[in-house]
Amino acid sequence: MNLFKLSWKYLTFRPLSTGLNVFLLALGLAIITVLLLIQDQFEKKMNQDAAGIDLVVGAKGSPLQLILAGVYHIDFPTGNIPMDEAQKLSRNRLVKNIIPMALGDNYQGFRIVGANHDYPGLYEAKLNSGALWVKPFEVVLGAEVADKSGYQVGDEFLGSHGISVGSHEHDANKFKVVGVLERKGNVLDRLILTSVESIWYTHDEGEAEPTDSTSNHEEHHMVNLQDSVAVKGFPKTAESRELTTLLIQYRNPMAAIQLPRLINSGTSMQAASPSFEMSRLFELLGVGITLLQGLAVVIIGISGLGIFIALYNSLKERKYDLAILRAIGASRGQLLLLIFLEGIMLTFMGAVLGILLGHTFLSVIISQNEQGVVGSLQPWIFLKQELWIVVYALAVGVLASIIPAVAAYQTSIAKQLTKA
Amino acid sequence: MMLFESKNLTYSHPGQLPLSFPDISLQQGESMLVLGKSGSGKTTLLNLLAGLLQPKSGEVILSGKNMAAMNGQQLDLFRGKEIGIVFQKPHLLAALNVTENLQMAHFFSKKEGQDIDKLLTELGLGEKAKSSVLTLSEGEAQRVSIARALANSPKLILADEPTSSLDDENTEKVIQLLKTQAAKIGAALIIVTHDQRVKMHIPNFVEVKAV
Repeated sequence: MNLFKLSWKYLTFRPLSTGLNVFLLALGLAIITVLLLIQDQFEKKMNQDAAGIDLVVGAKGSPLQLILAGVYHIDFPTGNIPMDEAQKLSRNRLVKNIIPMALGDNYQGFRIVGANHDYPGLYEAKLNSGALWVKPFEVVLGAEVADKSGYQVGDEFLGSHGISVGSHEHDANKFKVVGVLERKGNVLDRLILTSVESIWYTHDEGEAEPTDSTSNHEEHHMVNLQDSVAVKGFPKTAESRELTTLLIQYRNPMAAIQLPRLINSGTSMQAASPSFEMSRLFELLGVGITLLQGLAVVIIGISGLGIFIALYNSLKERKYDLAILRAIGASRGQLLLLIFLEGIMLTFMGAVLGILLGHTFLSVIISQNEQGVVGSLQPWIFLKQELWIVVYALAVGVLASIIPAVAAYQTSIAKQLTKA
Repeated sequence: MMLFESKNLTYSHPGQLPLSFPDISLQQGESMLVLGKSGSGKTTLLNLLAGLLQPKSGEVILSGKNMAAMNGQQLDLFRGKEIGIVFQKPHLLAALNVTENLQMAHFFSKKEGQDIDKLLTELGLGEKAKSSVLTLSEGEAQRVSIARALANSPKLILADEPTSSLDDENTEKVIQLLKTQAAKIGAALIIVTHDQRVKMHIPNFVEVKAV
């Protein structure tokens, strides 16, 4: 027998009250844990996915939408831009590198992105198997896509038009898997990469026929399927083609000032900076996060009050017990410690349960949302800040036990024992 | 030298006249009753003898140590080690089972004390060792509280009206237990009571009179 065991016995002697308080505290702490995890991983992921991209150029519209669609592949693209105008940009001396991208197709919700080899290069992606695409309709799968679809190198599938599941299928040409990327925990995991040309030719099936003469079309198609695609820079084409977005790297800091203005006022395109738009987004989300944090603090406060009341009430019933403990040799200090231990054990259980609950909440959220950005979060990563949650919880426990503990300290044994 | 002595004890409750108590001295294995009417200060005397109250003047000496001169923590530990107290009501810790209740006495007094299982068996409680104290009858509970008082093999056993809520049969049992156990461990036994049934068993007594 020791004080720990005695405190524990008292806690388990009142399972309902103890359980309620632990659960309430755990709930508050779980909310904080989830927020902490999401904030940490989300920001990290957002920054990681946007690393190396200084500017995104696309059709006019919402700049935030452009960033979400072009960098994170979560929103709808703003529209298309003419390729000759994009090519003009690449001759600008402020531009170090441009990655042209064509978006707009999906396979079972996973987006098919047409780009050159610089795009996986941007994320330093490594191949798990196979090679990068060199011919039209060759695709490289992100790790997540490969897992979910079960496709290996050599398999073929049909893409669908649009970026959400259930649109009509492009049934004329099958995509052929030539490589699978290693899992890196970034946006590439959820993407199907191919050449810009592949995206163009897929869309030619349905759209080009009325305008082009049939013979012409057939001819150019045959030629293209044999050809290699552009692995650097812009795809080569004689026709006037369209792109969806351009990812730009600046040559020097000066570009950050001049280039966006140049594009926004001098062309029919718009330029948006990922870091600026994301900080704007976090600002918007910040209100919601603050609100949730406030709610969590209120719940923790209530649970603290609950623990205080539980300890205080049980103290009234236990004045005899405390007096007896003194009579069999316990010192005042030991009784003080006994009550503090109860509060601390209670809140420690709350903290551990809260953190586990938080991680469980997050894994549930993630499993409900597999293809979104949230889907690539890791629910079982533990952060250093979670230790602080434990510290906060223990602080709540100590605070809630102060008054009851002091009351226990001051209990007069003689009075207590002779009252009855 | 006497095992236990109290000399010239006085105590004053706030706002009341000071009480003075008869001197008590006991040898190993001796027992004594403290008699007196309700409100005469019997229980106050018991609290003084147990070191639960500090006397206004006088000395309480147990095996050569003056308890009146000890301070808080020292006194608590000394009480835990050397004095076993049986209260009017059993006051067992409801959150613990019978054995655990007795283990607490060992823990707080930092003393090995008697073997708990053996003690419980001697007191006819062997089968109740793992029972919740809430399932005990009044008599059983009082015997457990006696076992708790004996657990540390104290030099002095104090009992405050231990039989007031028991029937004749249990009273008989409790008094015999206290006497035989005190004799066995060589402790002095003081019982505060106004119960006539107890007087038949212990002839030796002092009387506390209100001033």
